[in-house]
Amino acid sequence: MEFLLSDEQIEMQDSVRRFLEKTCPSTTLHEIFDSEDGHSRELWQGIVDLGIPAMIVPEAYGGLGLELLDLAILTETLGYATTPGPFLGHALCTQAILQAGSEEQKQAWLPKLASGEILGSFACAESNDCWLPEQLSLKSEQSLSGTKQHVLYADESDIIVMALAEGGFALLERGASGLSVHKRKLTDRTRHIADIQLDNTPIEHLAGSTDAAAKVFDTALILLAADSFGGARRCIDQAVEYAQTRSQFGVLIGSFQAMKHQLANMALEVEPMRGLYWHSAYAFDHEPLAARRQAALAKAHICDRFLQTARNTIEAHGGIGYTWECDTQILLKRALFNYAYLGTPSVHRKRVADLADW
Amino acid sequence: MDLSYNAEYEQFRTTVAEFLKGHWPVPAEIAEQPRHKQEAWFRTQAIENGYLYRSVPKEFGGSEQEADILKATIIREEFSKVRAPMEAPGIGNMMLVPTLLECGTQAQKERFVSKTLTGEYKWAQGYSEPNAGSDLASLRTRAELRDGPEGQQWVINGQKIWSTLAQYADYMFVLARTEPDAGKHAGISYLLIDLKQPGITIRPIKQVTGGTEFCEVFFDDACTPADWIVGQRGDGWKVSKSTLKHERSSIGGAQTSVNLFEKLLQLAKETTLNGQPAIKDPIIRDRLVTLEGYVQSHLYSNYRQLSMAAAKQNSGYVGLMNKLINTNIGHEVAALAKDLLGENLLYMPPTKGRATGPEKWLNQLMGSLGVAIAGGTSNIQRNIIAERGLGLPRESGDT
Ligand SMILES: Cc1cc2nc3c(=O)[nH]c(=O)nc-3n(C[C@H](O)[C@H](O)[C@H](O)COP(=O)(O)OP(=O)(O)OC[C@H]3O[C@@H](n4cnc5c(N)ncnc54)[C@H](O)[C@@H]3O)c2cc1C
Repeated sequence: MEFLLSDEQIEMQDSVRRFLEKTCPSTTLHEIFDSEDGHSRELWQGIVDLGIPAMIVPEAYGGLGLELLDLAILTETLGYATTPGPFLGHALCTQAILQAGSEEQKQAWLPKLASGEILGSFACAESNDCWLPEQLSLKSEQSLSGTKQHVLYADESDIIVMALAEGGFALLERGASGLSVHKRKLTDRTRHIADIQLDNTPIEHLAGSTDAAAKVFDTALILLAADSFGGARRCIDQAVEYAQTRSQFGVLIGSFQAMKHQLANMALEVEPMRGLYWHSAYAFDHEPLAARRQAALAKAHICDRFLQTARNTIEAHGGIGYTWECDTQILLKRALFNYAYLGTPSVHRKRVADLADW
Repeated sequence: MDLSYNAEYEQFRTTVAEFLKGHWPVPAEIAEQPRHKQEAWFRTQAIENGYLYRSVPKEFGGSEQEADILKATIIREEFSKVRAPMEAPGIGNMMLVPTLLECGTQAQKERFVSKTLTGEYKWAQGYSEPNAGSDLASLRTRAELRDGPEGQQWVINGQKIWSTLAQYADYMFVLARTEPDAGKHAGISYLLIDLKQPGITIRPIKQVTGGTEFCEVFFDDACTPADWIVGQRGDGWKVSKSTLKHERSSIGGAQTSVNLFEKLLQLAKETTLNGQPAIKDPIIRDRLVTLEGYVQSHLYSNYRQLSMAAAKQNSGYVGLMNKLINTNIGHEVAALAKDLLGENLLYMPPTKGRATGPEKWLNQLMGSLGVAIAGGTSNIQRNIIAERGLGLPRESGDT
C-alpha cells in the first residue's frame, strides 16, 4: 500500500516544471495567448523532447510504455503553468489509436505521434453540447458528411481522430477533400478549438468498440481533472504570493483576517483534490470496475472547484486581477474551458450517480 | 503507487481476521457476561496479540509494537468489518496517554497509563474556562505549591467549563496558572487532579441536544500532589500542544466522513420525496455527488498522508486541514439530511437510550456543530492554516 509518487515520477514533474519556467514565463505565455493560433512550435518541440507525447505509447511502437498516472501528473504540471498548445488533443488522438486502432494502424501512427513527427488531434462533440460517447450520432461510413465541434488545433493537426456513434472511430488526414475549419472567438486561447465541417470527406476507419470509446473518453476526463488541479494549485500560490507582497492600510493585505480565511478556504478546497485525480488515473490502469465512475467524479469535482478558485483568486488580487495582462485572467479562462469541455460538472455528477446504481 | 498490500501485509490481514473469528463475537462462555465485560475481555486478548495500544510499552499495559501505519490500518479495517471494539474511547486514551508517554515521569506512567487503557480510570479535559476559550492561554485558574499533610502539594482555585463527561470522570488533566509573574504562555502548568475530593464541584450543563455531556468544574482549594505535574513548571502550554496535536489528528481521520456519507446515502434510499425514493431525485443525486467529491478527496488525501508518514516524508500543510475538512463535510451532511428528513425534523430523539428512527439524525444535525466548536473552532483552524500552512503574517502567537 503506497499512495505516493515515486522518486522518478517526482523528478519527471520537476524537469517539466523547470522547462516551463524557462521556456514559457509569463511574458511568453501572454504572447502565445494573444497570438493568432495559440501555438508556439518551440514550446511544443520542447514538450516533445521531454518525451511527454511518448509516455503512454507502448515501447513496441516507439513509446515509453508508462501508465496514465505518469501522463496525468505531468498534465498537472502543464496545467500549473497554463501551458498553451496542442498537448491535450495530441494525447487523446494517441490514446484513441492505441485503444481503437488495428495492429497496422498502431504501427503506422503511434511511432509518429510518440516522436512528435506528426501532430494529432481529437474530435467528439456534436451540436447541442453532446459529448458523451453514447450521445454521438455521426456514424462510421466510407466517407463522412457532418459537423464536429470544438476540435483542438484542427488547422494545425496532421491527423484528427473522431469519436463516432456506437463506439466507432475514424481518422481524418489534414487537407482531406471536403474538410473545412470554422473558427470562432475563443475564451481560452491556450487551447485553440474550431468546428470542422465534413462534406463527403474520405476517412480511415478504426475498429473501435464501446469499451475503447469509454477509455478514450475517461482519459480525457482524467487529464482535464489533472490539468485543473494544477491550475487550481497555481491560483492558490498566486493569491498567497500577492497577499504577501501587496500592502494597504500600512500592512500586508495577507495580515487581514478576512483575507487569511478566504485564502485558507481556497487552499482547503484545492489541496485534498490531489489524491482524487491521482486515484482516478491509477484506477484507469488498475481498478477497471471503479475506473469510469472515478474519472467522472474527478472531472466533475476538480473542474468545478478550479473555476471557483480562479474566480476567488481574481477577487483576491483587486483591480490588477481584473486586467488582461495579469496571469489570473488566463487561469480563469483555462478553468472555463476545463469546466465546459466534455460536459459540465452536473452532466458528470449525473453519470456518477447512475454508475453507482443509486 | 500501489494500492494493494504486499504479501507480508496480506498475511498479516489473514492473521488478524483469524484472530477475530475466535474472539469477536466472544466465545459462548464469555457471551453471558455484560457487554462491558465482554469488551474488556476482548481487549485483553487483542493487546496480547499486538493489535491494540501498539505504541504503548508493555510495562504500561500496551502491546509495544513497532510503528507500522499500514498494519494499524489493516487492524482498523478488519476490526470494523466485524464491529469488534477498538481501543477504549474517551479523552484519556485519545489525549492523556500519548501526552504522558511523551512528557510524563516514570512514576506518572506507571500510576496512570495502564489503568486508563483498560478504562478503569476515566479522564476529563480541563482546558477551557468561561473567559478563556479560543484564547486559551488567557486562562486564570490558579495553582499554588503549599505545604500539606504529606509534604508539598498544589492547591487549585478557579473554574473550568465545557469539560466533556467530567461528571463520570475520576481524574482531570488541567491547565492552570502557576507562575503569575511569567508571561501569558510561560505561566501555565499541566496538572493531574483527582476529581473525587471535597474541593471540587461538578455541575453538568444541558446541551443543545438535550443531553448532558459536558460540565462546569469548580476548584475551591482542591489539592493534588506536588509531583502530579506533567513537564516542568511553566511548560504546560508546550505539553498541552502535544495533546492537542493528538486530538486534531484523531478527529481528522477520513473514515469518519466516509462512514457518515454511507449513512446519508442509506437515508436517501429510505426516504420518500415527491412520491419516489429521494435517491432518485435529480437534485438530491447532484448534491450527493457534489458531497462525495469532497469525501473522496479527503479519503485519498488521507491515504497520501498515511503513505507519506509510513515513508517518513513530510506531507506539508495538508495535515493542518483535516479537522476543518471533517467539520465541513459534517455541515454538508447535515444540510442534505435536513432536506431528506422533512417532518422528522419536528421531533427530538430520546436523550436516554438509542434512537432507531430517522429522528436519530437530529443528533448528527446538532452534533456536527459540536465538532465544529470543540478542539478549536473553525475560525481558529483557518487562522492556523493561513498562518502556519500558507505562511501569511501572524496575528498572535497563540494559534
Ligand atoms: C461539544 C463540546 C465539547 C467540549 N469539550 C471540552 C472539553 O472536554 N474540555 C475543554 O477544555 N473544552 C471543551 N470544549 C470547549 C471548546 O474547546 C471551546 O468551546 C472552544 O475552544 C471555543 O471556545 P469558546 O467556547 O470560549 O468560544 P469563543 O472562543 O468565545 O469563540 C466564539 C466565536 O468567536 C470566534 N473567534 C474567537 N477567537 C477568534 C479569532 N482569533 N479569530 C476569529 N474568530 C475567533 C470563534 O471561532 C467562535 O465562532 C468543548 C466544546 C464543545 C462544543
